[in-house]
Amino acid sequence: MTTGLFLTQLLNGLQLGVLLFLLSAGLTLVFGIMDVVNLAHGSLYMMGAYFAAAAFNAFGGSFLAAALVAVPGTLLLGLLIEQLVLRTLYRRDHLDQVLATFGLILFFNEVVRFVWGPASVYMNVPGWLSGTVNLFGLPYPAYRFAIIAVGLAVGAGLYAVIHRTRVGMLIRAGASNADMVSALGVNIKGLNTLVFGLGAALAGLAGLMAGPIVSVQSGMGEPVLILTLVVIVTGGIGSIRGAFYGALIVGIVDTIGRAFLPTLLRELFDRSVAQAVGPAIASMLIYLLMAAVLALRPQGLFPVKHG
Amino acid sequence: MAEAPAARLVTAPRVFAALLLAGLGLVPVLAQLFGQPFWLTLFTRVLVFALAASGLNLVLGFGAMVSFGHAMYIGIGAYAVGILSFHGVDNGFVQLLAALGVGGLVALGVGAICLRTSGMAFIMITLAFAQMLFFLAVSLRDYGGDDGMQLAGRSRFGALDLNQAAVLYYLAYALLMGVLFGFHRLVHSRFGMVLRGCRSNERRMASLGFPTLRYKLSAYVISALVCVLAGMLLANLARFVSPSYMAWTVSGELIVMTVLGGLGTLIGPVAGAAALLLVEEGLSSLKLGVPWLDTVVNQHWLALIGIFIVLVVLVLKQGIYGWLVARKP
Repeated sequence: MTTGLFLTQLLNGLQLGVLLFLLSAGLTLVFGIMDVVNLAHGSLYMMGAYFAAAAFNAFGGSFLAAALVAVPGTLLLGLLIEQLVLRTLYRRDHLDQVLATFGLILFFNEVVRFVWGPASVYMNVPGWLSGTVNLFGLPYPAYRFAIIAVGLAVGAGLYAVIHRTRVGMLIRAGASNADMVSALGVNIKGLNTLVFGLGAALAGLAGLMAGPIVSVQSGMGEPVLILTLVVIVTGGIGSIRGAFYGALIVGIVDTIGRAFLPTLLRELFDRSVAQAVGPAIASMLIYLLMAAVLALRPQGLFPVKHG
Repeated sequence: MAEAPAARLVTAPRVFAALLLAGLGLVPVLAQLFGQPFWLTLFTRVLVFALAASGLNLVLGFGAMVSFGHAMYIGIGAYAVGILSFHGVDNGFVQLLAALGVGGLVALGVGAICLRTSGMAFIMITLAFAQMLFFLAVSLRDYGGDDGMQLAGRSRFGALDLNQAAVLYYLAYALLMGVLFGFHRLVHSRFGMVLRGCRSNERRMASLGFPTLRYKLSAYVISALVCVLAGMLLANLARFVSPSYMAWTVSGELIVMTVLGGLGTLIGPVAGAAALLLVEEGLSSLKLGVPWLDTVVNQHWLALIGIFIVLVVLVLKQGIYGWLVARKP
């Protein structure tokens, strides 16, 4: 029983981890290559989830329709944001970028409340994924399993694109020295737009995948955004590898901590102490982890290798 | 930024600053005169946030450290009042000592870790620490948890009766003036010179032999303590403490206020806090006479604030007061 529970929680952690990876992969590229802080990434995730839920309900519960609306929709929205706001901020300092994208968050949170109302919107798990998968005698929801599979596939795909293709080479080169790449005749602005669009599409994909298992509501992007920032800082800014391992670490530590830390503390301390302290420490665990990483390795666990 | 010419005593920025501060000093009188007690509450909020934004300005404006977590110090101040008053300690001086003590220690520890990083990582790690404290406050079920808790009573500072709105107002006003005067001395002192030097070129300051980390950390702790004071006032104003005081949006709003008013100027954060809070108040109760538009604006004014912030960043780079200072005379 306990082993089964532990395995289930481990898989839940893995599922949260791959979801965080979808978000942090795009964001870390934007950070690393353009040196831009984009807090509105969480809003793109939220918009992806809303697009998905709206399409899902409009097309009679077709998950395919949701995917076909959510991912390209978020991609277009991301490109629009890049053109209208972020492009003029590339050469400004981080403070201006933080402020402008903070303004965007407030804007989008109200826009969804205006369009879809203040109550949460629901989206069901598609019928063909509503069952459970039997993993070594352990029943696990098929949809959550599908999230893990999609996340791992995207991870492998990104790895291949970045390390095996010409565009990927340019992206890596842009991350280490954008001016030099530009001097060699590469359209760095176009590359920036491409990377930003890719990040937005991945955020939309994350929103789509999360749609059926979370409540889609205004402000849903912020907690996820902050987790994503933790992932990126822990893993190392600009590093896809760092985003991948960082996301899995954060997802698993957070889930396992919340599930088992209160029980564990009850073994060690007085019941009342454990009940008061357990949830507090569990919710602080990943931030403590990040603080520890930064105190010992300020560049993150898996920094980008230059040179 | 061009300094105002020393020869002229009366300049537009100085007139603006004097009018702003004098105007704030007259609010209780005007509120009494026009029979609008609500103004007093609104403007006490303005003062509290002006105080917090001024505190943030020390690191943000004069030290170029973009802290995205200063709301956590507002929270520490507020919870020091809340938790002590929950246990029957309503002596304001004890609360002040506890708040400043805890706030100072937290700022020292958090600052020491955060300042190992710079740039983007600094923004994010300060945000993460603030979130950590936010979740800690949410999990304190004995003290209201997510819902927050009502204060048993306001802090008692000897003869000062904070239950009278005007007394609380003038306490906040006096604190703000004190902090502004102190910061004026501080940024023009040797310490301030070093801090501003680090803003321009930290490596050069370090090679001149200044222990830059120590200066930056001191500035960080001082700015945190000012926010702790603001938090204590906020708890007393609302007679309520809740984790929402240290939500990350509050940290964002503090940055907005500082930048909106004018980064790295003493009066800027005061002007910015007043402008942002008054615009928010104005939008949420705006009456244009077109019913459907009024409803949309009053319910979704945050969207307009969002656009407003984006436009300020894109267009008005120096902020309100900064624009006055930089203007050709």
